[in-house]
Amino acid sequence: MIPLSWYLVLSAALFSIGFYGVLSRKNSVAILMGLELMLNAVNVNIVAFWRFLAPENIAGQAFAVIVFAVAAAEVAVGLALVISIYRRQKTVAADEIDLMKW
Amino acid sequence: MTPIQGVFLITAAAILWSAYMVVTRDNLIHSALYLIITLFGVAVLFVLLEAGFLAVVQVLVYIGAIAILMIFAVMLTRGDVDKLEQVSIANSGFVAMISILFFSTLILLMGQWPAFSSTAPELEAGRDTVVELGTALVSPKGYVIPFEVASVLLLAALIGALYVARPQGKGK
Repeated sequence: MIPLSWYLVLSAALFSIGFYGVLSRKNSVAILMGLELMLNAVNVNIVAFWRFLAPENIAGQAFAVIVFAVAAAEVAVGLALVISIYRRQKTVAADEIDLMKW
Repeated sequence: MTPIQGVFLITAAAILWSAYMVVTRDNLIHSALYLIITLFGVAVLFVLLEAGFLAVVQVLVYIGAIAILMIFAVMLTRGDVDKLEQVSIANSGFVAMISILFFSTLILLMGQWPAFSSTAPELEAGRDTVVELGTALVSPKGYVIPFEVASVLLLAALIGALYVARPQGKGK
């Protein structure tokens, strides 16, 4: 059997890699990819906790379904913003998007 | 080592390697393709965790929709390729240090938790978690309100995305 610790270590590593991507990338689309990695790590954690600690309660899976929906909404709005900014500014580099800076 | 553990280790290695590729490749199309490998690995993990429905949803929603959306976004924003394909900012070493510190802190904290290395209890025989999940999502005693709120959120997000990304300017 696989112990819970393996899943937790894996998802911590996946989350950290996503975190690195979010902080080190310049391109806004790549930043969104890092966010996806982090959301997936969270989902692995949620489902692992459901399976190992509370399998009788289906709440864990229901929670993961809600995370899916929120991730889809986040990515749709995020990419729409990126495309809109690209239309106006001809760039998606995060350090050049300073429309709202005074 | 049991075969299941072998499957887990191979999947974990694939996930971490492709996730590393996602955050380091210069060509964002390659990043997006590696992202698909990562998402598929997570679907395999869901199967190992006996959450088959979530594995199917992972393939449908993440690989079928989100990854494809990412690829389209990369293709739509490739105007100044040379400038954009520099991956890292100047202090990426510092960022890597923060990530590693974050990871080791997480592991240290989780290692002190008594249930850290617990093993999975058996699911009762003949139990259908897909039916349970479906019932829970639409039953008033379960999660019908979060479920409906999530669907309204999705609708609002999609309308908002259409509005934000609509063509601007004179020739509307």
